[in-house]
Amino acid sequence: MAKSESELTWKDLEIGCIVTEPGSARQYETGAWRSQRPTYDFSKCIKCGICQLYCPEGCVEQNEDGVFEANMFYCKGCGICAKECWTRVITMVEEEEK
Amino acid sequence: MEKYAVYVPRLIKRKEKFAPGHRACIGCGEALAVRLAFKALDNNIVVANATGCMEIVASQIPYTTWHVPWIHTLFENTAAVASGIEAGYKAMKRKGVQVPDNVKVIAMAGDGGTSDIGLQALSGALERGHDFVYLCFDNEAYMNTGVQRSSATPYGAVTTTSPAGKNSIGQFSWKKNMPEIAAAHNIPYVATACHSYPFDLMDKVAKAASIPGPAYVHILSVCPTGWRSPTDTVVKLGRLAVETGIFPLYEVENGQYKMSIELPKLKPVKDYLKQQGRFRHLSDDIIAKIQERVEIEYQKLVEKAENGSKRAKRKSKTGAAKIST
Repeated sequence: MAKSESELTWKDLEIGCIVTEPGSARQYETGAWRSQRPTYDFSKCIKCGICQLYCPEGCVEQNEDGVFEANMFYCKGCGICAKECWTRVITMVEEEEK
Repeated sequence: MEKYAVYVPRLIKRKEKFAPGHRACIGCGEALAVRLAFKALDNNIVVANATGCMEIVASQIPYTTWHVPWIHTLFENTAAVASGIEAGYKAMKRKGVQVPDNVKVIAMAGDGGTSDIGLQALSGALERGHDFVYLCFDNEAYMNTGVQRSSATPYGAVTTTSPAGKNSIGQFSWKKNMPEIAAAHNIPYVATACHSYPFDLMDKVAKAASIPGPAYVHILSVCPTGWRSPTDTVVKLGRLAVETGIFPLYEVENGQYKMSIELPKLKPVKDYLKQQGRFRHLSDDIIAKIQERVEIEYQKLVEKAENGSKRAKRKSKTGAAKIST
């Protein structure tokens, strides 16, 4: 989608309100909802991917080192990954004001 | 199995059909269940989605979360739209129009759209034997509009339309047994699943899609907003619902019951109820009443599964005898 959400008008709607671009919600930042953020101690990580499996957002990705980390653009800070992690890699801390 | 499960998650497909950026509440169990269920399916699908949480959070115009063809339907006609899509593909094929082969139609709805409003359309579609999969994501009330009771709300739960007080204990009726209603249509495949058992859920959805004819999968999805529980206990609550016998996992294949998890002993329901704000007001005698009911229902299921396996054995024995003589 070329335009941002605020620039769109009713003229940009397709007939039948069809959305032509699949997965366009990726542009929407849900990370702003967060009140707690996950912090990682990667020395304990066994790279099992259980956090990736149980994330409701589907925002946990494996990076170049092979460890799994949440994408902060989407992470809403629910804390499921911190509870489910086998080796307690993840701890939730309060989101501080920038 | 426990040890095996440690290293399996990373073998799961990474590609998402339900992209991040959706507007589900923090720690939404239903979003998790949808994500997992659609990982088990291939790309050759069309989704008909009833009104409900998953429609609202996934398709706020101008955005969509879906990576597959998706249509929004009303509460009452999800199964009707799904059967229409399936019939449409059949008709186009008959007329010689080039359409992709083996397109699977997936209908999905919440518990309100399934067990209250959409029930007659679903019953009709199951009875006509359309080749589709119906996924019911059951969060046990109308969560999207602000927690109103549905027929899938369990006994004693507080919702805004079944408040607890001096003269009321919350929801006054027992949860409608939707999987049994689906199984009563004698369809090829009925299963219950929960997002806390992701491999089981994915297996069941994949199996449902591979079977020709109608299939119904009932998926319990924990809703921290409506169940008044902390967001990080979502997976734990799903597990407790299964371990206490409140939501037993089973599948019915051609009328044959099979328990998915063998539980030698059920945990007390109190463990599950006391974790949630919606059951906070329940007194011990009501918890005892729920415990009794849960045990009876669970026992019924176990007996059905045992009888089924005995019958299957007898059948295979007589079948083998016939071949030998």
